[in-house]
Amino acid sequence: MKALVHITLKPGVLDPQGKAIANALTNLGFQGVNEVRQGKYIELDLPDSDRASAAASAKDMCERLLANTVIEDYRVEIVDQT
Amino acid sequence: MKAAVIVFPGSNCDRDLMVALEQSAGAAPTMVWHRETTLPDVDLIAVPGGFSYGDYLRSGAMAARSPIMKAVVEDARRGVAVLGVCNGFQILTESGLLPGVLMRNRDLRYVCRDVFLRVEQNDTPFSNKYAQGQVVKIPIAHHDGNFFIDSDGHRQLEDEGRIAFRYCDSAGLVDNRSNPNGSLANIAGVLDPSRRILGMMPHPERLSDPNLGGNDGRALFDSILNALS
Repeated sequence: MKALVHITLKPGVLDPQGKAIANALTNLGFQGVNEVRQGKYIELDLPDSDRASAAASAKDMCERLLANTVIEDYRVEIVDQT
Repeated sequence: MKAAVIVFPGSNCDRDLMVALEQSAGAAPTMVWHRETTLPDVDLIAVPGGFSYGDYLRSGAMAARSPIMKAVVEDARRGVAVLGVCNGFQILTESGLLPGVLMRNRDLRYVCRDVFLRVEQNDTPFSNKYAQGQVVKIPIAHHDGNFFIDSDGHRQLEDEGRIAFRYCDSAGLVDNRSNPNGSLANIAGVLDPSRRILGMMPHPERLSDPNLGGNDGRALFDSILNALS
């Protein structure tokens, strides 16, 4: 199983990098970009054979290392190995 | 006073910290490599600045999970004093010994210059040689020093007098202009509830000898000696 982990800043936490990206997009002529929030994407190749246990171990990894839950949210998506 | 300095791959202020501690304590601290799993019997554990593990994932995230940090957390819980400077502060927040987080600087720039700090608490093992409210000049050098904590956590730090230092101007005025990195409430250093763990972004070890252009950091190390020996 693969776990696809998306880590994003919690709503309300200032994201200066996202702001800088939004400014750059505007400078390039892209109109109407209301907000940009930058995050991280991590792919985990896991030994688990069922989705529930893969999801549970990925969640544990997020809690203990991958995300800093003081400022970050995470979302785990489990996909079959291709 | 016996001290240990933790050394991670990518630490670069470990020797400066060693020199500053030796200058005040008269004895050289033990340097402890990150792969060790036990610490010598010490009064103070110092976690130095630098770029441990190349700041991978988040500043301090990897170091906080390295083998030696288990021993640091255990000793800290037993009451051994812990000082984290710069990356050391980031490591202490990542390991849960201190609250909050150090985010990317407000202006997205690495900032390396002398700043002024106001001593907010002088009844700690780290600041008893400073006067309450004293303004000191200490350098900063970081990219991720923007202290953040949720509003409940912030209130708790204020109510319990656990904000050790705030960024200010040369006259001691704490405002947005004297805030070099966007830190919440100009927070430059925080204490744990026992007041025996201090994390700070500024580098007292870099101005603790007049030959370095200033001596305001020296009192921090003299305070530690005073409190712990």
